[in-house]
Amino acid sequence: MGDHHEHEHQAVPSDPALCVKALESLLVEKGLVDPAALDALIDIYENKVGPRNGARVVARAWVDPAYKQRLLLDATAAIAELGYGGRQGEHMVVVENTPAIHNLVVCTLCSCYPWSVLGLPPVWYKSAPYRSRAVIDPRGVLCEFGLELSEETEVRVWDSTAELRYLVLPERPAGTESLSEEELAALVTRDAMIGVAKVAAPRRAAA
Amino acid sequence: MNGVHDMGGMQDMGPVQAEPNEPVFHATWEARAFALNMASGAWRKWNIDAGRHEIELLPPVDYLRMSYYEKWTARLEELLVKAGLVTREEIASGKPAPGSPKATPPLTADKVPFVLRSGAAAKRDVPAAPRFHAGQRVRTRNMHPAGHTRLPRYARGKVGTVDRDHGIYVFPDTNAHFFGEKPQHVYSVRFAARELWGDQASPRDAVYIDLWDDYLEPA
Repeated sequence: MGDHHEHEHQAVPSDPALCVKALESLLVEKGLVDPAALDALIDIYENKVGPRNGARVVARAWVDPAYKQRLLLDATAAIAELGYGGRQGEHMVVVENTPAIHNLVVCTLCSCYPWSVLGLPPVWYKSAPYRSRAVIDPRGVLCEFGLELSEETEVRVWDSTAELRYLVLPERPAGTESLSEEELAALVTRDAMIGVAKVAAPRRAAA
Repeated sequence: MNGVHDMGGMQDMGPVQAEPNEPVFHATWEARAFALNMASGAWRKWNIDAGRHEIELLPPVDYLRMSYYEKWTARLEELLVKAGLVTREEIASGKPAPGSPKATPPLTADKVPFVLRSGAAAKRDVPAAPRFHAGQRVRTRNMHPAGHTRLPRYARGKVGTVDRDHGIYVFPDTNAHFFGEKPQHVYSVRFAARELWGDQASPRDAVYIDLWDDYLEPA
């Protein structure tokens, strides 16, 4: 109260770390947020929800043709069978890569991303270079990720403008017939499920 | 709004820079900023569309300069003030106004897993007749609303084919401004890359965009 006047002449901290700290202490002091809820939210997205979820979905689709059918028909329900869903995965669509078709996911207007199966998006996905060019020059963007596609391949770019969230079902690499579902899941990368990479075959095939 | 956030098709933004083994958050403040946005949303004073629009309203130079979580922080401050949950003076001072009442947070730690698992569906179980069907040719309207819209500039006045009908969803253009949900069908519409970008694009490629009934007319 007494020092209120002094604060009026203080510069607003421009360092984001200080800004956020000040905002958190204000919101906690006003009873608007619970600091323990903040910890719980952070723990979930740092440790529990991430691309391992999506990788399990992909591996299941590779080994179970009936599951793959359900996944392509109603992705939200099929993904829920494995226990994943909720925030930013409420309405899911899975698009399948084949030798003839390559799918790529972007959000040109903001940074929409399927949190429930991939976790929070990487910085590059939210960046201006990716959001601007994925739709006008998808093949150039893919080259920057080291993926050169044949002229014959059809590239389908999915711009996430609504509340549908897209997951790419990558092609199962050759030479993985003997791998278990769990071993297959370990091969599946976040980038392959966004569509900027293919899933590579395991480095050492069984001798 | 024809803002800088509407980036599809812009050029000269530089190469895509991927970071190997990127952490979920690069600093503690990013994690706190993320969680503050999520926890404040539990007051239900705004919706996801209003939240997105608030980021679009950042001054263009700030939008391009700021990192993702800096934008989230700036957006949250605006939303909190507009919702009447805090005042600008409180944000500037970092202290509650003298004598202001203490609230009870709607989101407590024990509720977090349930709230995330439940999500916030945008699909609505209300009757709304579809204006289009799969396989139909449609043209996007040439519209330039000053408010929020999810029809990207690069796809206005373009002809495509309805790939599938996703069902009935909240309409962001009204919902972002608290003018109601106006539920209507959303379709995935396939546009040939050459329809959008001309001869420089591959004749095989296509862009699929999720579009609401109000964005479309028969072609």
